[in-house]
Amino acid sequence: MDVISNLLKIISDFVAELIRSIFGFSPFLAELITMGLAAVVLATFAALSFMGLTYVERKVVARIQDRIGPNQAGPFGLLQPIADGIKMFTKEDTTPAAADRWVYNLAPLVIAVFALTTYAVLPFAPGVVGTNLNVGVFFILAIGSGSIIAILMAGWGSNNKYALLGAFRTVAQLVGYEVPMLLNLLPVVMLTGSMSLIDIVNHQTTLDGNPGIPHIIYLPLSALVFLISGVAETGRSPFDLLEAESEIVAGFHTEYSGMKFALFFLGEYVNALAVSFVFATLFLGGYAGPILPPYIWLLLKAALVFFVLMWLRGTLPRVRIDQMHNLNWKFLVPMSIVNLVLVMLALKLFPASAAAQAASGGVLVSPGAQAVILMLINLAVLLVSLSLVGRAARRLRMQEEALLAQRRAANMAMARA
Amino acid sequence: MRTDFAFVGVMMVTAALLMGVTLIAAALLRPKKPNPAKLETYECGMSTVGDTWVQFRVQYYILALVFVLFDIEALLLFPIAFAFNSLTLFAVANVVLFVLVLLLALIYAWRKGALDWE
Repeated sequence: MDVISNLLKIISDFVAELIRSIFGFSPFLAELITMGLAAVVLATFAALSFMGLTYVERKVVARIQDRIGPNQAGPFGLLQPIADGIKMFTKEDTTPAAADRWVYNLAPLVIAVFALTTYAVLPFAPGVVGTNLNVGVFFILAIGSGSIIAILMAGWGSNNKYALLGAFRTVAQLVGYEVPMLLNLLPVVMLTGSMSLIDIVNHQTTLDGNPGIPHIIYLPLSALVFLISGVAETGRSPFDLLEAESEIVAGFHTEYSGMKFALFFLGEYVNALAVSFVFATLFLGGYAGPILPPYIWLLLKAALVFFVLMWLRGTLPRVRIDQMHNLNWKFLVPMSIVNLVLVMLALKLFPASAAAQAASGGVLVSPGAQAVILMLINLAVLLVSLSLVGRAARRLRMQEEALLAQRRAANMAMARA
Repeated sequence: MRTDFAFVGVMMVTAALLMGVTLIAAALLRPKKPNPAKLETYECGMSTVGDTWVQFRVQYYILALVFVLFDIEALLLFPIAFAFNSLTLFAVANVVLFVLVLLLALIYAWRKGALDWE
């Protein structure tokens, strides 16, 4: 049991020791090679999961929409990703004569690299993490913004009007939805007192290693807003305005084909999977869980979040661009700010640790009581914001109906005269 | 600390190498028969008219400005969140005031119509 739950750690230690002892490299070189191997493993994991996810997503969305999905290549269409890969490899790649060659050709590489680098800080099991950065949360946000540059490069370099329109929309959307994402990571960092993802997981585990209270119980509203802005950040449906087929052909990757197009797709899927992993780590307790080994727990939780993403994609229609901006700036951002302020005050008034109480006073409560207090605050903010939006929408509809009735009456009068 | 970030560098280089190899392998495998019609800019079958790199909507610029405001706010708030457990109630009240001023700024931008997409 112990061997299974620590499998990843044992393998990595073994390989590191092997390199150090057999080849007799200097410590520096040995460490560099170990790092390189770990990076290759992580990148391969991400690329392979991309292949698997394209199949799973097509199957799941097909089932939601009452279709069968891919079923020709291999049993149950399982070989579909390989068929797609062969097609991508052998498809002719055209670079438009008017394109800005350097920018055009570099963009897919940039998006793929930034997407893969996110995996460097994800903790898969205790002690199994690419690197335990003490600014992990910040790093994920920073690397996540890299895809904005790549998309702008693609849109600008293609020298195509639709591509440029798509790139503009994308930048406005990705930049905008970063704000609620930041504002809802802050309460998590405050609760934990650390930005390292390992510390955040440890905060959701009890001292003896059993699963404690996941942050989604503390901060349900933050989790919800983080998920929504995560969907928008990866440009997935219902926020896929960047590649709205009915309006701007295919958005920023209109001019791309073959392997370069595949790299854009890889970037999108790997980013979406990274959002699932980050959500599982920040809000669902990461690798903590009973009985099963930790990495299985993390994969299960991330798979659950990814399923929600696929579900959203299968059921929701695409939003309009003004709706997208309104949802962000007029709903998510103000709500997140109010929530942040209330959470800050509640954390100071009801600290859960003696050290925090010594700094600021307040009533010392158990973590469970703190979780309940924060959850009630979160839910209250959500309910009040929803009712405010509902009231505003009702007022707008009443105005429109009054206007309509007025016009109808005028028409009737005209017809009678 | 130094080695922590070294891995990020190694990861980026590895990812770039792996993806670069894929691109190069695809370049070797695929057919290459360009002709003028293929290399035209795509625009629903018609040849494109005018310059592509033109002025863009001012709305994007305004939203970017509002974004900068909140991004800097977050930059200032993350250290505070990091040291949150050792802050006094008075310090937190100051932070709350700071955040509320920013909320006022958002409401001002909203009232001015900077957030409306026409």
